[in-house]
Amino acid sequence: MKLLTGNDLKTGFVTWWTGADWSLHIEDAADVGDHGEAILAAEEGARRVNAPYIIAGERTADGPRPAHIKDRIRALGPTVRPDLTLKPADPAAGDWVI
Amino acid sequence: MYKYDEYDHAMVEARVAEFSDQVRRRLAGEITEDQFKPLRLMNGLYLQLHAYMLRVAVPYGTLDSRQMRMLAHIARKYDRDYGHFTTRQNIQYNWIKLEDAPAILADLASVEMHAIQTSGNCIRNISSDQWAGAAADEITDPRPWAELLRQWSSFHPEFSYLPRKFKIAVIAATEDRAAMRLHDIGIQIVEKDGQHGAAFYVGGGMGRTPMIAPLIKDFVPLADMLSYAEACLRVYNRYGRRDNMYKARIKILIHELGADEYRRQVEEEFAHVKALGIDPPKAEFDRIAAQFAPPALDAAAPDAIDRSDPDFAVWVDQNVAKHRVPGHAIVNISLKPVGGIPGDASSAQIDLMADLAEQYSHDELRVTHAQNIVLPHVRKADLYALWQALDGAGLATPNLDLISDIIACPGLDYCSLANARSIPVAQKIAKRFADPARQRDLGELKLKISGCINACGHHHAGHIGILGVDRKGTENYQLSLGGSGAEDVSLGTITGPGFDEDGVVDAIERVTETYLAARTDGERFVDTYRRIGMAPFKEAIYG
Repeated sequence: MKLLTGNDLKTGFVTWWTGADWSLHIEDAADVGDHGEAILAAEEGARRVNAPYIIAGERTADGPRPAHIKDRIRALGPTVRPDLTLKPADPAAGDWVI
Repeated sequence: MYKYDEYDHAMVEARVAEFSDQVRRRLAGEITEDQFKPLRLMNGLYLQLHAYMLRVAVPYGTLDSRQMRMLAHIARKYDRDYGHFTTRQNIQYNWIKLEDAPAILADLASVEMHAIQTSGNCIRNISSDQWAGAAADEITDPRPWAELLRQWSSFHPEFSYLPRKFKIAVIAATEDRAAMRLHDIGIQIVEKDGQHGAAFYVGGGMGRTPMIAPLIKDFVPLADMLSYAEACLRVYNRYGRRDNMYKARIKILIHELGADEYRRQVEEEFAHVKALGIDPPKAEFDRIAAQFAPPALDAAAPDAIDRSDPDFAVWVDQNVAKHRVPGHAIVNISLKPVGGIPGDASSAQIDLMADLAEQYSHDELRVTHAQNIVLPHVRKADLYALWQALDGAGLATPNLDLISDIIACPGLDYCSLANARSIPVAQKIAKRFADPARQRDLGELKLKISGCINACGHHHAGHIGILGVDRKGTENYQLSLGGSGAEDVSLGTITGPGFDEDGVVDAIERVTETYLAARTDGERFVDTYRRIGMAPFKEAIYG
């Protein structure tokens, strides 16, 4: 699957294209298939996202998972500060990254 | 401490107003990201993995307590309650919101700080010896010269769009504590026939093509220092390669021209530049230098230290250095607790260090390129009380220059350029060697980790260096041995094939065992490596 990601203009936070909007949570990410470039251009032009790009991912039981570790770290947060990730209460969340 | 004059205030305040308007225009959609990016970078604002990152300049690593408290305030109010001290003696915040950036810069300006020229192809923050003004082995305080260079390089119209970024370090001691020869220009204040002058080393650097700067001029009269620096930059600005960013640093130009030809061109340019009169009149330099006058220290203060507390005694032996004034000491605060993140400090810790500097160190602090903090002027009689306060806040780890005093870049946990994580490797190594007695037995061992070839973690200069690479989507770590950023400067040599995260920790343990088996009396790790060469280490690692 292909995922569209970027950063929120105001906050810089990592965001994922859900098919209709942007979400901080990769669980909400949609497969953009072959439409990624068109969505990217439209959303960047409308200033709804900053520095967007398309990545490869896979479908898993837990939801979409980026193919590259860099994007998995982007999706969760720094592996060395679990308290600052999107899942601070889940001690095993880092396993998903590695 | 240098205090801003009306020009400094006007420049910084004008920049805050200018950037505030640029941010407003970006948020309003009046300019695109492509247009905005170079503007935000000129103000130290990057877009990193998780958010915007702001890098704040700490000129030559010197701060007063008021400024340090402002750094804590910014971490607390605008970030996530911590900051990261960097290998360029700066501080970075990892979770900045674009809409907050103007307010942060205004807060910084209120304490004579900014984020100007902490990014971009310009002259970056001037770095220096963290013990400047206190070190027993320096011939003069290098910071007035660093400040002069800061003023000269700030908004320099000719050098705002260099072929690539440009880093300058200034030292004035025999021991190089600033990795001076691994800078684009390294200046060492030296003495000749009773006069002070500047030795210019030009064309050093780390990154993908590490080079040690050759000596270009052994003695430039200090009255000519700015003109000579300007000549060095002009030749680079004219001929540095702009067609290939990987070959754009001055080290590549000098390597391709040869040091002799580069020197000839600099001398030719210097003859022209000197006539322009850019060197300051003596009165202006004296005005700057007067602001770095040493604090009034009582040379009759007690010189003895009560070492009856064994933990305190260990800390004194490891983290306290000789001051040039009897009865005083230089205190090095380690930001490398075992299992911690190298260079990180919480708002509370930053505030505490500010308080302790005010109470015990004549209101001065320094940031080191090894990502630690220094209190430069502490009475020996105050050391025990200071240590107790530091210990209570997790700031008294007695590991300066030991294997767990690791320089590590933010790596893939934070940095968009990184290929691999640095911090978890540093944490595992520190835990493996957590036993303080074992660390002290190993002695001075500088271990440095970079998460990519850009070498922000100075791995080329590590006695043991680690470079994180991406091998088919997996983190992999190359090990190198024998580097040094000190006066015995050298570049590390790669041992061989890389390792995974646990494998590199195991390899380092075998390297240290090889050293312990081979060392002779008084030999540091790097001395033994230089004497016996790579082969025994390679044999131990790869069998």
